[in-house]
Amino acid sequence: MVRSMVFQAVALVAVVGTGWYLINNVLVNLEQQSVATGFGFLDRPASFDIGEHLIEYDASRSYGRALVVGILNTLRVAVIGVVLATIIGTVIGIARLSTNWLVAKLASGYVEIVRNVPVLLHLFFWYAVITESMPGPRQALNPIPGVFLSNRGLQVPVPEAHPAWGSVGIGFVLAIVGIFLINRYARRRQATTGEVFPAFWIGIGLLIGLPTLIWLAYGAPLALNVPELQRFNYVGGTTVTPEFFALLTGLVVYTAGFIAEIVRGGILAVNQGQTEAASALGLRRGQSLRLVILPQALRTIIPPTTSQYLNLTKNSSLAVAIGYPDLVNVANTSLNQTGQAVELVSIMMAVYLTTSLLTSLFMNWYNASIALKER
Amino acid sequence: MTDRTLPGRAGQQGSGHGNADERSLPAPVYWLWQNLFNTPLNAILTILILWGFIEIIPPLLNWLIFDSIVAGPDVTSDTCRQGSGACWAFIHEKYRLILFGLYPYNEQWRPLIVIFLIVALLAVSCNKRFWRPWLGLIWLGGMGLVFLLMYGGVLGMTFVPNTNWGGLPLTLMLSVIGLIFAFPLAILLALGRRSELPIVRSLCVVFIELVRGVPLITILFMASVMFPLFLPTGVTVDKLLRAQVGLILFAAAYMAEAIRGGLQAIPRGQYEAADALGLTYWQATAKIILPQALAISIPPLVNTFISFFKDTSLVIIIGLFDLMTSAKAALSDPAWLGFYKESYLLASFIYFCFCYSMSKYSQWLEKDLNKGRRR
Repeated sequence: MVRSMVFQAVALVAVVGTGWYLINNVLVNLEQQSVATGFGFLDRPASFDIGEHLIEYDASRSYGRALVVGILNTLRVAVIGVVLATIIGTVIGIARLSTNWLVAKLASGYVEIVRNVPVLLHLFFWYAVITESMPGPRQALNPIPGVFLSNRGLQVPVPEAHPAWGSVGIGFVLAIVGIFLINRYARRRQATTGEVFPAFWIGIGLLIGLPTLIWLAYGAPLALNVPELQRFNYVGGTTVTPEFFALLTGLVVYTAGFIAEIVRGGILAVNQGQTEAASALGLRRGQSLRLVILPQALRTIIPPTTSQYLNLTKNSSLAVAIGYPDLVNVANTSLNQTGQAVELVSIMMAVYLTTSLLTSLFMNWYNASIALKER
Repeated sequence: MTDRTLPGRAGQQGSGHGNADERSLPAPVYWLWQNLFNTPLNAILTILILWGFIEIIPPLLNWLIFDSIVAGPDVTSDTCRQGSGACWAFIHEKYRLILFGLYPYNEQWRPLIVIFLIVALLAVSCNKRFWRPWLGLIWLGGMGLVFLLMYGGVLGMTFVPNTNWGGLPLTLMLSVIGLIFAFPLAILLALGRRSELPIVRSLCVVFIELVRGVPLITILFMASVMFPLFLPTGVTVDKLLRAQVGLILFAAAYMAEAIRGGLQAIPRGQYEAADALGLTYWQATAKIILPQALAISIPPLVNTFISFFKDTSLVIIIGLFDLMTSAKAALSDPAWLGFYKESYLLASFIYFCFCYSMSKYSQWLEKDLNKGRRR
């Protein structure tokens, strides 16, 4: 007992002592380099431009603002990436279990190749595909009228601003809430009475129908802001930059390979007897997958998928290598300009840690809500 | 597509389409029928995939082989630009830069031996019969030889500073040395996290979660821009060593979690039996708990190795000249601009070979180790 106390005390003293020594060194070094410590620099003008910003930003805004722009850019690529990687990963994971020999082999080939090459190489590759192999803006590929693909990125038309679109967005959100409620009702009804409620088709109808109705009610505004080639570049529409495209594609392609393996493992982990029991009960194949297999597979799938989501978010920091203005990139530029290494590296770490912890908390809550409830 | 049957089992299970007529078909045709055309959906998929093959494979083969330009006496980058195939002349021109980085040209036999040496050490370590204490001595000797060859300065070999090291040997050294040093640290962290001493446990938990919660890039930034500030004024540590320390800490946190999984799988009876024999904590840990826990955690550890090997490519961001950097540097020669596909293909191929063989080994090992445990 005494020994363990002594041992712990020694460990604590060693850690605190080393920490104090290091911090002391930092303070001495910073004083000698006459770098002001603290976060005061966040209010100073950043004086560098950021190509993509979700909130208003220009070079006269502060470093703090620039970092917020970076954080939002990180979140943008992470959120879109997670959604796409989940969809593609699930499809490929199920394809690996297909009875079609070709589909299964193709899917496993994809998984093996994608997972065994560093994600950074994926990013460099996709970035080079856009910037080096695509034609210049004048000879841009034009697969669909109004859409241009060139080495400046992808130009797509966007609807002209109109009050209708805000309401359509609200309608979309309402439809999703509605689907959630209908699904709950359908599940409860099936559990108590055994009657099947066509929740899927009603959901699809709601998702398409409600926004369309609102759009029609506003008189169906059709005006589009189509990108047009001016002297040097495109004007109008919206641009998917090569950096964003490369980062998103690389991360999605890479992470989908890992999610595919998790999905496959999760489905295989469900006892074969469950499938047989479901078909003995007279469930059709789709029903047994949806009502019997997937709910059980999800329990195995969710925890590792969460860590893949976090990996994707953390890997999005590789944006700095191809020049997408994410948090790390912006912080790196600020670091080179101000020399505030300690503060900026701490900000980066704090943001990622918070994201990781929040995601873990949410997924743990979700995981607990679908966990096996035993007697 | 969503059928859970594995391709191999399709024949035995039958799919409702295999009537007496079809079974009398010749074996290859029957196989085709069962594995490619057993349902209407599968038939459509098969036809779509075959159509895709016809569209993609001939141009791909043309690019890779038939139209490709191999090195010759009068082949220049212009010859390649006029041709439509892959430019293997580029690889011929640059493979030594990609493989060995900026290592002096006439001395490149030394890093070549280093590559073979490290691969040989890895291969020897894969054999279970060699998992003996003397394997550690072999590694010690092997790594000593590696440093001797890389630095030189004795036996008539010219001295090469580590700023000139690069390419595949550097990638291998960063990974292998990272793992060697991270391994003992990881064991201590894993034991600490399972410890009953609250201070030790919380220190280990904080370290592991902190490192796993942030991207490797921020740790490398810390090593490259923050670490010099931590040292007393006047003391400098070279960049390679700083990056290596960052990589070691990163790997240790992930390996600690793999080992913790193994520790958790040890039944409590083992601890109680050790206590009953009167063994101290360290005796019990070294002689009873760790040997079993490590054996269980080998497969997840190998998976950690694979991702760590891929992650060393991130040192490009702090300016070290590893395989990824050299593959990119080969592209910046003004005389040979634009052959990114060839360069990235070579780098991907090298990474793939290492990662794929490691992952196949880990799958085999997992089966092999489970053989003894299954009764």
